[in-house]
Amino acid sequence: MLPFILRRLATAIPTLFVVVTLSFFLMRVAPGGPFDLERPLEAKVMENLRRIYQLDQPLYQQYLTYLGALLRGDFGPSFYFRDFSIAELFAQGLPVSMRLGACALALALLIGGPLGALAAFRQNGNADHAVMGFAAAGITIPNFVVAPVLQIVFGLTLAWLPVGGWNGGALRNVILPVVTLALPQIAVIARMTRAAMIETLRANHIRTLRAQGLDGSTVALHALRASALPVVSYLGPAAAALLTGSVVVETIFGIPGIGRYFVEGALNRDYTLVMGTVVVIAVFVLVFNLAVDLLYALLDPRVRLD
Amino acid sequence: MTTGDPILSIRNLHVRFRSNDGMVEAVRGVDLDVGAGEFVAIVGESGSGKSQSVMAAMGLLASNGEATGSIRYRGAELLGLKAAALNAYRGRKLAMIFQEPMTSLDPLFKIGAQIAAPLRKHQGLSRKAARARALELLELVRMPRPEARLSSYPHELSGGQRQRVMIAMALANDPDILIADEPTTALDVTIEAEILALIAELRQRLGMAVILITHDLGLVRQHAERVYVMRQGEVVESGTKRQIISAPAHPYTRMLLAAEPEGRKAPPPDDAPILLSARDLRVSYDLSRGFLRRETALLHAVDGVDLTLRRGQTIGIVGESGSGKSTLGKAVLKLVPSAGTIRFEDRALAPLDRAAMRPLRSSLQVVFQDPFGSLSPRLTVGEIVSEGLLVHAPHLTRAERDLRAAQALAEVSLEPALRNRYPHEFSGGQRQRIAIARAMILHPKLVVLDEPTSALDRTVQKSIVALLKDMQARHALSYLFISHDLGVVRAMADWVMVMKDGCVVESGPTEAIFEAPQADYTRRLIAASIKA
Repeated sequence: MLPFILRRLATAIPTLFVVVTLSFFLMRVAPGGPFDLERPLEAKVMENLRRIYQLDQPLYQQYLTYLGALLRGDFGPSFYFRDFSIAELFAQGLPVSMRLGACALALALLIGGPLGALAAFRQNGNADHAVMGFAAAGITIPNFVVAPVLQIVFGLTLAWLPVGGWNGGALRNVILPVVTLALPQIAVIARMTRAAMIETLRANHIRTLRAQGLDGSTVALHALRASALPVVSYLGPAAAALLTGSVVVETIFGIPGIGRYFVEGALNRDYTLVMGTVVVIAVFVLVFNLAVDLLYALLDPRVRLD
Repeated sequence: MTTGDPILSIRNLHVRFRSNDGMVEAVRGVDLDVGAGEFVAIVGESGSGKSQSVMAAMGLLASNGEATGSIRYRGAELLGLKAAALNAYRGRKLAMIFQEPMTSLDPLFKIGAQIAAPLRKHQGLSRKAARARALELLELVRMPRPEARLSSYPHELSGGQRQRVMIAMALANDPDILIADEPTTALDVTIEAEILALIAELRQRLGMAVILITHDLGLVRQHAERVYVMRQGEVVESGTKRQIISAPAHPYTRMLLAAEPEGRKAPPPDDAPILLSARDLRVSYDLSRGFLRRETALLHAVDGVDLTLRRGQTIGIVGESGSGKSTLGKAVLKLVPSAGTIRFEDRALAPLDRAAMRPLRSSLQVVFQDPFGSLSPRLTVGEIVSEGLLVHAPHLTRAERDLRAAQALAEVSLEPALRNRYPHEFSGGQRQRIAIARAMILHPKLVVLDEPTSALDRTVQKSIVALLKDMQARHALSYLFISHDLGVVRAMADWVMVMKDGCVVESGPTEAIFEAPQADYTRRLIAASIKA
């Protein structure tokens, strides 16, 4: 197990290097720069700014400088949020986004899994049609529609929950954004669980359980474990995406996460902010894929880590 | 004869399945009795409804199936019970093992836990007591290293071992009736003999009744006391084994009994030209694992085999799964990379690459075991049969190809008008005829037949064997006939090679091999497959 983890972490380093390199140069290919305002700055001021942020050096020099700093764990200063370093921005925003994402993921699993299993056991029954209809809605209705509707219903009409704001992560403030984030995931997980369950319930080893007169709960346990495998594979990328925040949800609910940094950074040509976001997301993707592989091996004895 | 009252009695059982074409009736009014401790066989070909009859009793019909009639166990009606009520009987009084040992165990759970489950459910044993009993059961079914096997997963066991586990699970609660649905069809002949001997022995020791469902009359001859013969959902004949075997009344039973392949093949004249020869043929697979392939391992699937095939000759290659017989067939066709020399007529095949092989391919054809998987479902039969002509006779027009396809189908006794249909509309035997037509249309000199009859019922098998022999006589073909079925090989081949672990353990004229086998392994194979 441990050699496998170490080997996987070792292979992650070249991946990260390629991601960083590609993003760095792609970002610089985009026209404009961090200090281009609607009214151009005076040439002298511009020159000073460029010198301070070392933008006057040749591109390869800047790249090497950035890479060197990155190796020391230094993400550099933000170009746009002038008083903050990238590390400070993430220290504030990342825990917020991760907390939202983790709640949404847990909710999606707790609701989506059982819903999918229920639909499979009642295949072509009313429960099945209801779950599948709900899932179709969950996938097709975009979150920028779901979020305002929830705000209007629960925030304004019923006035049960605040319309937005973080408020230090109080439960009342978290509910609506978590539901918005979880809804499409519930739908996807329910659909995947249902499909896998239907397949498994037809398998010969389930027939064996029935032939032995074992009761429904034992059959369900065996079927669920087999059906968990495809869902687990999906969870890796899904978790990485959820935990690194959502632009739409964080913007609509006014939540200080990191989801909006990617878009804001790109629009403002905040080079270091974009690079920082890229690195954080890449690390999450790599770590969660590794976690999925480990979990998969734990669930399925036929998979061997070597 | 039935002793006392039957413990299981089925009356007027009908099983229907809803399908897109309306209701399909798989079982039509079956009556069947099983006495305490009796060994009953239900014999029939595929589609006879023999499995569905007992599936109905076990409540295991597919969701689109429904059963009517009566199935009574010691007077209690089983049909129509809800699953929970049925669970008082199945796994406890009636136990069942299946045809597919490879997939009948849950791959994600340990053997010990799977055997313990019915014990804990029906006898309420503690985890520890169930484990102890599971170990006893594994010893009872003579599992090698039973203690270690409790912690094994199914994929670590062979097919025969998995079937032993299934039997152990079935016996967990001392059932009155063990239903064995084609328990050995997926297994090698020597394993088959062991498993059936085990079932027969356990029946004696534990005093349970056995219902053996099989297509193989050889097994019935060896073990059963009473026999039901089923055809198209009906019992056409039933009686003691002696009655059925020695004085069958129904023509269908007689046909089944006569379906053992017969006839012998005469060897070609001694001066027949050598068509194919192979010297020191080797095929190895790299099983290296680990980072940078630290653990190197080579599997020698074919390990130094010599072979000489004359014009008009049939060499039977026999052996159990994993013996390398199919790999050998692929190697002489250069479908897998191999070492050693292969000569076809006067050319060495070894140095030829794919392009250089292509003109020779029309002379070297192959027919595979699986008549369902080896025909493309998206082409018409005519297109499948004539596809090879696109490569080997590109000058033919579409109409000429169509004509050739019609001729080829006629030659394998299929109606040429059927060439515009798709493979799924044909039965297994018809599909195998299509596969043979596809090979023959190119006028080959050598045909490798890789278990061409193994997936077929005995009566169909017999007709395919007759067809192949007829084609051979008409076109002076040479066959490499690969099979685990010694009965068919005896009827088809004039020379036999027995393979084990990639090596030839014995080879010689067919009659000599069957009458006076030299190697122990050959003797065991023959003993296991000739069920007198």
